[in-house]
Amino acid sequence: MKAIVLMKQTPDTAQLSASMDGLKLMAEGGPRIVNPWDEYAIETGITLAEDHGGEAVILTMGKPEATEAIKTGLAMGCKGATLLTDDAFENSDSLATARILTAAINQMGDYDIILAGKSAIDGDTAQTAVQVAALLGVPYLGYVAKIEAVDFDAKTITVVRAIDGGRETVTSPLPAVVSVLKEIGEPRYPSFMGIRKAAKAKIPEMGLADLGLSADEVGAAGSQAQWLQVTLPPAQESTLEVIEGEPEEAAKILVQKLLAEKVI
Amino acid sequence: MDFSLTEEHQMLKKAARDFAAERVRPLIREYDPLHKFPRELLPEMAEMGLLGVCIPVKYGGAGFDYISLGIVSEAMEWADASVRETIAVHTALNSLGIFQWGTEAQKQKYLVPQAKGEKIGCFGLTEPDAGSDVAALNTRAKKVGDTYLLTGEKMWITLADIADHFLVFAKTDPEKRHRGISAFIVERDFPGIQTGTIEGKMGVWTSNTGWIRMDDCEVPAENMLGEPGEGFKIAMSCLDNARFTVAAGAVGIMRACLEASVAYAHQRETFGKPIAQYQLVQQLIANISQRHDIGELLVQKVGWMKNMGIRNTRETSLAKTYCTEAAFASASDAVQVHGAYGYSSEYDMERHLRNSKAAVIYEGTTQIHQLLQAQYALGFKVDKPLRRELPPYDAEVWG
Repeated sequence: MKAIVLMKQTPDTAQLSASMDGLKLMAEGGPRIVNPWDEYAIETGITLAEDHGGEAVILTMGKPEATEAIKTGLAMGCKGATLLTDDAFENSDSLATARILTAAINQMGDYDIILAGKSAIDGDTAQTAVQVAALLGVPYLGYVAKIEAVDFDAKTITVVRAIDGGRETVTSPLPAVVSVLKEIGEPRYPSFMGIRKAAKAKIPEMGLADLGLSADEVGAAGSQAQWLQVTLPPAQESTLEVIEGEPEEAAKILVQKLLAEKVI
Repeated sequence: MDFSLTEEHQMLKKAARDFAAERVRPLIREYDPLHKFPRELLPEMAEMGLLGVCIPVKYGGAGFDYISLGIVSEAMEWADASVRETIAVHTALNSLGIFQWGTEAQKQKYLVPQAKGEKIGCFGLTEPDAGSDVAALNTRAKKVGDTYLLTGEKMWITLADIADHFLVFAKTDPEKRHRGISAFIVERDFPGIQTGTIEGKMGVWTSNTGWIRMDDCEVPAENMLGEPGEGFKIAMSCLDNARFTVAAGAVGIMRACLEASVAYAHQRETFGKPIAQYQLVQQLIANISQRHDIGELLVQKVGWMKNMGIRNTRETSLAKTYCTEAAFASASDAVQVHGAYGYSSEYDMERHLRNSKAAVIYEGTTQIHQLLQAQYALGFKVDKPLRRELPPYDAEVWG
């Protein structure tokens, strides 16, 4: 079994402040992390490899400093990684990114499943994984909360997907692109042995020429969408109301108020 | 001079700090009022490699260096002293003792499962009437054939009710005072050993502290660690490692106090402005910050000395004394910054204050360490080479 995990390094949005420019955060060396949703994809890949044999490998497009995030994934238990990095990739939108990832996947030989987090916490488009599936011509199973069954010999997978207002269980042929939710399983901590191996690891890199793409297929030139500006949302005015009374009565009033505000 | 951590250290630090923040601290906040040992953390710590962090891979460890032992100790005590105490006792006092002094057979039998976290070790030196005065210990070991019969009682033993293996010190030749002490590896299953928990501590409520009673406890002669009469030196060398973790842990308390006090000072308003704007509050925070950084430097130096294989009894003692006193003072200052909330268990500060008092007493009181510092300075004490020194860190050897 071979799982390819699409992983992105993102800014640590928990540490964003008004003084940071969201667009330039990465370039300026701001706090960076593994996209938290991708940690669930890494966990899924490693668990599948443990349960069925084989390996999970990481595929990342990003700047050279993305090796930090890749090494976290290796320390968790992924067996290999490739970094797709080139100045020409700058300002790629999700489709251009998917094109780059797909070109790399097409050079990686046979694979059984491609995993991704449901979205990235920076752009939050949730489009890259589905675009990769479309470009590869394989099924896309989005927002997967659980893998019910998988048979890599028969090349089928049955998953539970979150859909508006409910869940659906679907069976699909493999290979497929699967984006996962946090219900799929809590990501493990990197093991100390894993850290030692990952710290020493040399991450192979591929650029535009290696992927056989032209400059007008990637970066801003190959993108339909542009990011003109990124700012923090304005601080919301909030009011505090303390509901007095016995807990049972107070709870009833709280429920009424939440219903009235359409929170529940 | 290079103060930067290696990439390996930085990754370790992040992993240990994430674990402390996400797993350890929430559990401690729940268990501390219940005085409950967080036993469920042990398998998780074992899985990560926390319990054998600086033990070579060939002996079941993660193969990191001694600086890393300090890094994880600091990270754990940021959450609570008890989890760091587990590392101090299991890894530093017991496992490193076997690593330094044990035979290959003892290493295979005891160190390997301990480094993997499959077995837990503890350290039995202190007795009801022998703490700082180690030579006064009363536990006796009488040789009968191929067996030693150990009789005596140990007190204030961390993990007494949890451990599978005990590194116990007993007199094989009482006439020779401290030169008549020998060290033994005792298994919980050996006939004649009992343990129990000590209640009523001021702090470290989630740590298991207890007693060990041995009544003609049968210990195979092959379980003597080192040579007959070498126990005092073994105990002191083990303490050099554990005191390092105590010092590093105290730096973790100071970081916790600093972070919480800074956040609170920005958020809490009095007389129309955040208390961070008041100079007397700033003084408290400056004190914590200064102590933290001094402590961190002392710990880093000891870690480096251990890596280089340089004897560090004096420097470790100094770091332990300074950092534990500084942590106690900082926890007190942090309670003050938090005002009444600091005095409440709703915040962590009062727990850190109670916990930090223990560390100025255990592993050598501040007063004993001050005497030691004076003896070094006055030339009354000079360290002599040991028959077996703690090996310097060698990445190739550690695997």
